[in-house]
Amino acid sequence: MTRTVRVASGQGFWGDSLDAPRQQVEGGPIDYLMLDYLAEVTMSILQKQKERDPQMGYARDFIGAIESVLPGIVDRGVKVIANAGGVNPVACAQALVKAIAKAGHGGKVKVGIVTGDDLLPRIDELLAAGHALKHMETGAPLSTVRDSVLSANAYIGSTPIVEALQQGAQIVVTGRSTDTALTMAPLRHEFGWAADSWNQLAAGIVAGHILECGAQSSGGNCLHDWRTIPDLANVGYPIAEVQSDGTFVITKHPGTGGRVSVPSVTEQLVYEMGDPHSYITPDVVADFTSIRVAADGENRVRVHGITGGPATPFLKVSIAYRAGFKAVGSLVYSWPDAMEKAEMADRILRERLDRLGLRFDQVLTEFVGANATHGHLSGDGRDAPEVQFRVGVRGGDRASIERFTREIAPLVLNGPPSVTGFAGGRPKVEEVIAYWPALIDKRVVTTHVEVMS
Amino acid sequence: MSTSSVKVRLLDIAHTRSGDKGDMANCGVIALRPEWYPLLVRELTASRVSAHYGDLISGTVDRFELPNLNALNFLLHGALDGGGTLSLKTDAQGKVVSTAMLRIMLDVPADEAAALHLPVYPAAA
Repeated sequence: MTRTVRVASGQGFWGDSLDAPRQQVEGGPIDYLMLDYLAEVTMSILQKQKERDPQMGYARDFIGAIESVLPGIVDRGVKVIANAGGVNPVACAQALVKAIAKAGHGGKVKVGIVTGDDLLPRIDELLAAGHALKHMETGAPLSTVRDSVLSANAYIGSTPIVEALQQGAQIVVTGRSTDTALTMAPLRHEFGWAADSWNQLAAGIVAGHILECGAQSSGGNCLHDWRTIPDLANVGYPIAEVQSDGTFVITKHPGTGGRVSVPSVTEQLVYEMGDPHSYITPDVVADFTSIRVAADGENRVRVHGITGGPATPFLKVSIAYRAGFKAVGSLVYSWPDAMEKAEMADRILRERLDRLGLRFDQVLTEFVGANATHGHLSGDGRDAPEVQFRVGVRGGDRASIERFTREIAPLVLNGPPSVTGFAGGRPKVEEVIAYWPALIDKRVVTTHVEVMS
Repeated sequence: MSTSSVKVRLLDIAHTRSGDKGDMANCGVIALRPEWYPLLVRELTASRVSAHYGDLISGTVDRFELPNLNALNFLLHGALDGGGTLSLKTDAQGKVVSTAMLRIMLDVPADEAAALHLPVYPAAA
């Protein structure tokens, strides 16, 4: 008797559809709902929020998402796995427990918290013990930016989430778990895959990769035949129906829009891909050149044949550090000669910044509508009906960046003609939080699981 | 024996998706038909792609083959102006870097194009 476990994706990033989680729970049978809230950019936003308020630093949308699915998950016994904890999983779980009690389900829904990914309090201890936390691309030791470090989180795998499920948690909240662990953990929990069942584990990773970006595998952002993808207004988020041997079908609930097809799934498979022979995770190294995908009926794609090998002795660590300030401003120039006017505005602005004696690490101009994303491949943009002149500066001196933000608006009256699009006001100065990817010996990262009701 | 060649635009024979890893963009290029994949393997070399992007990228290009998906994966190093939160670019996360790839024009022998039913560019009126 083959048993199927259905894992549904309800969130591809923090800011994704507020309705998708409830639609996944109520639109048809599922066993698990996975919600992925974290990207590197998200971690830096959360870190800034936690600095302002120590009770923040998690994806607050998650609380609303759980409120919207609570009746459904209680009725149907659906379990939820989310990395919504961000840089403050404990505060997230506390807010969650409060919301559950307020909704009248207190005591009925156990919440598991996974911690231990936060290495910030241990940085100096780790450096002193000889863990250089070298930048994975440049090789520079972390000591070069140590004083600017804001957060440091290890990407942790599925094991602690599996433990939380084994302890009876119905909702598991993690910090910086890998996106794929959110799908892998329920599969390991249900099927009891051994820690060295490399092929099954690799299949779990591939399923997780297909689910982790929400509707991006079920017709959203799909270039293939995009005009004919039906009813994206009511797009169905993807669901993996997984068997114990690791084969699975990607599908979506009946009556929803979007499309699950070999092309839609394949586009997601190659998204953010590195060396396909070794997709490295804390649980397993998956070989994406082994994946077989085949149509299996309408809005069903069968995925099988996946192989994998032992995990590496390392975990990836994502370190955020302060790296100066930036601001981006823009104006829109209209036909005739929109591009020429925008180019003149750029020359004038740069000359003014120069006369003011302002120095930046970088000034970048783009002409949106002409060449911002395709550069020299775009043609000259001479006939464009309008061109957005978009200029950004970055540097270590906040006052210089502030001064820059005052230099855009004057161009409306004292620069080239046919200019508009300044209703948004002065550009905002943002602090730049940069990323420092590093590796660390797995053995020094200890995760902790707590289940509360 | 025919020596004439025709133009085939990548947009008409493949679809793509891209994403980021630090300052690197990846571009997955998937053949629209399995029988067109060998043409991509032959024509879409790392050096061809590197030359196409030119000054849009500051580093090298790596290529990986995924015959199981009829796809090639390219890693474009130094494509994102520092990447992530550092980059001042509109497309700081490389989301549309792969659409620029679709502009590539391949020169294909006319008889091969006919045998593979390749859409020739520009399309006949």
